[in-house]
Amino acid sequence: MNGDERKAMIELHHVHKWYGAFHALNDVSLEVARGEKVVVCGPSGSGKSTMIRCINRLEEHQQGQIIVDGIELTADLKQIDAIRREVGMVFQQFNLFPHLTVMENLTLAPIWVRKMKRSEAEELAMHFLERVRIPEQAEKYPGQLSGGQQQRVAIARALCMRPQVMLFDEPTSALDPEMIKEVLDVMVGLAEDGMTMICVTHEMGFARTVADLMVFMDGGEIVERAPPEKFFAAPESERAQLFLSRILSH
Amino acid sequence: MPPRALGWMRANLFSSVGNTVTTLVALYVIARVAWGVVDWGIVHAVWTAPGGRACEAASHGEGACWAFLREWYRFILFGRYPYFEQWRPLFVVLLFVALLLGSCDRRLWGMRIALLWGAGLAVNLWLMLGGVFGLTYVPTELWSGLPLTLILAIVGLALAFPLAIVLALGRRSRMPAVRGLCVAYIELVRGVPLITVLFMASVMLPLFLPEGTTIDKLVRAQAGFVLFYAAYLAEVVRGGLQAIPAGQEEAADALGLGYWRKTRLVILPQALKIAIPPLVNIFIAGFKDTTLVTIIGLFDLISTASNAITDPNWRGFYVEAYGFIALLYFVFCFFMSRYSQALERSLARDRR
Repeated sequence: MNGDERKAMIELHHVHKWYGAFHALNDVSLEVARGEKVVVCGPSGSGKSTMIRCINRLEEHQQGQIIVDGIELTADLKQIDAIRREVGMVFQQFNLFPHLTVMENLTLAPIWVRKMKRSEAEELAMHFLERVRIPEQAEKYPGQLSGGQQQRVAIARALCMRPQVMLFDEPTSALDPEMIKEVLDVMVGLAEDGMTMICVTHEMGFARTVADLMVFMDGGEIVERAPPEKFFAAPESERAQLFLSRILSH
Repeated sequence: MPPRALGWMRANLFSSVGNTVTTLVALYVIARVAWGVVDWGIVHAVWTAPGGRACEAASHGEGACWAFLREWYRFILFGRYPYFEQWRPLFVVLLFVALLLGSCDRRLWGMRIALLWGAGLAVNLWLMLGGVFGLTYVPTELWSGLPLTLILAIVGLALAFPLAIVLALGRRSRMPAVRGLCVAYIELVRGVPLITVLFMASVMLPLFLPEGTTIDKLVRAQAGFVLFYAAYLAEVVRGGLQAIPAGQEEAADALGLGYWRKTRLVILPQALKIAIPPLVNIFIAGFKDTTLVTIIGLFDLISTASNAITDPNWRGFYVEAYGFIALLYFVFCFFMSRYSQALERSLARDRR
């Protein structure tokens, strides 16, 4: 840790969220330091996705505080946009823009949000396409790519905004098994470069490799948090033990 | 006949006794109708005649009298527009056709096409109205025929479309006041027939205006047409918007695009593409619905044709007159339909 350690990159303080009567997030508190990699796991419906979607306000929290890089998320649209510029997000379903080429997908936000020149934005886009190892697909449309390629384009698209933090919402869950590795490799590369990351994933091998912290959620609560070596070897809570036994048994 | 065609016929037209009988009966009916049309329109048709009586005498009442159209086509096309100024509406029609054809080139889309249309509409207004730069003034009461129909349809739909997009977005707004207004407007306007909107515009609106203020009747009818079709188009646009997966909005939000850029760059291009078939459906219906303005006394193609056949010298050539304008309508509508199909194909590449 260096001088940036003064404050956490992301802070959640006692965050609550309800969908009607359903308590989706129950008193969730989490701090993620600059450069830290957090892997969030838990059974489906446990609030993992909801939590990270609150961090860039795709979902609204109703109680508590969320602070990203010193800016608190409120209803203020300017602050929301400021935070979204700094927070990259990768979705389970890729969500590439199908009417635009790969290159246009990547340069859209840099040109319109960062006000970059087109040539500059394209240079940046090529840099990240090379980084995710598909520069030759630049002129294709998303529909012409495989799932793994699409997800790598989605990662590159988020990186083109040069975010401080990357959020991954089950990035490999919609992929065929043989494509999972190519996406995870890119994510490992990012982690090695020091990106601050929060990943919701069931890829426990990936978690062991990159995570600084494992967060286990169930029923909208953070049930357990521990370094991966401890979490996988000796989970404290019963629910985490049950969950791990289920997903690691095969 | 090539053997493949023969094989196809045997399989599809003569595969059983019943099919063979049906095929033969259908062929007979088609042949009779086709022959009737050729016989009437060409064989017994009269191409030149000094007047309606002479024309009927020459064809023994068994053929078309195209001499009628020779005499009256200019009136049907341009109506009461001053005879020696009719080169002006002719230019207007040609310019509209050129703009429509030019718009088919997708490389021009964007700012350039908007500028071209803006300039084209300004030139057309100048040509029709005159009064400046050496053209004599022609009041809108005298505008008639094909140029009037094209102005009502093209200007009407071109203005209704952006309004429809605003209404459709408004109807999906999170702000209750905006959403309520848009819903109320759309449901209200869709709930009444176009004809009543036109009557409102032409008869009732002037009663509500303060004494002494007048708005041109054509402008009122045009406004009524725009407001009416905006409501219909809005629902079609909304249909397209509903079809866009939520993930598209989320991805745009996550990039920090903000509402307007997200809508313009991500959502609308996809939504409008999906909506092309129903949009064109409404465009075609709207183009033909301009004929209703004849009821409030505007002199569109229907009026000019109806008027032409009341000439004592050429009374009663309904089929020739209405056939002629039907052909004109068909040409424009067929163009729209074909163009939309080509557009769908060229936009479909990203769906592969």
